Amino acid sequence: MSLEYYLILSALLFTTGVIGVLIRRNAIIIFMCIELMLNAANLAFVAISRSLGEATGQVFVFFVMTVAAAEVAIGLAIIVSVFKHRQTVNVDEVNSLKG
Amino acid sequence: MNAEQILFILFGAVSLIGAIAVISFRHPIYSALSLIVTFFAQAGLFILLGAHFVAAVQVIVYAGAIMVLFLFVIMLLNLGTLSVKGALGGKLKGFAIILGILFAAEGIYIAVNSLNDTAVASAESTAAAVTTTTYDIGELLFSKYLLPFEVTSLILLAALIGVIVLVKRDSQEES
Repeated sequence: MSLEYYLILSALLFTTGVIGVLIRRNAIIIFMCIELMLNAANLAFVAISRSLGEATGQVFVFFVMTVAAAEVAIGLAIIVSVFKHRQTVNVDEVNSLKG
Repeated sequence: MNAEQILFILFGAVSLIGAIAVISFRHPIYSALSLIVTFFAQAGLFILLGAHFVAAVQVIVYAGAIMVLFLFVIMLLNLGTLSVKGALGGKLKGFAIILGILFAAEGIYIAVNSLNDTAVASAESTAAAVTTTTYDIGELLFSKYLLPFEVTSLILLAALIGVIVLVKRDSQEES
């Protein structure tokens, strides 16, 4: 398979994540969509790494995964503490920074 | 069609359908399970690309650790009953989908057209199907990218401390 097909699939997956962030109001699903976008970027990294014939792209995938893991841990902790204060995870109802 | 093309279409279709299911299910648990399906299909794509290490890490870290965290929080907050009307309605939703289709068209245009005259396209014809081993990745990670690798540990430490502070502040306020 040529590189183009992988990049097109990556673009489609990324777009699905963008649409998800735009249309869903549930904070946890918005988080899942961010994971989807990070994964689409990973797919592009690996595809380009393969077509260049070197491993650098896969090293970057490793870094992206680390950042994603840290982001999920922090983000879910924030969502849990927001839920404790407001009893909701709807991002339209959580509209002030003051706890 | 050879086996690689059939597998690409299979895994690509499964990951796209899973991704669309993530954003269309009402219940967050179903979305999380669809996301796991997407991650597994992407691990299959990584194996097709010869990136076995990344595929293994994808299954262990993403489909394993991260999604368990998601499911745990969804069950902890018991969101199923609360978030049934958790989507944008009417005109705004249509507008968002139109914007998304435009964005996808741009992405595909760039993916197809930017390759024609770049180094990537010329390298593609010369590079044979190289399988990147864990050895290659480890060698790069501990020589050329040693500093970023060490900074990664700082990110994880910051995340760890951040989570502890967030949770601890809540429990102090309650007492």
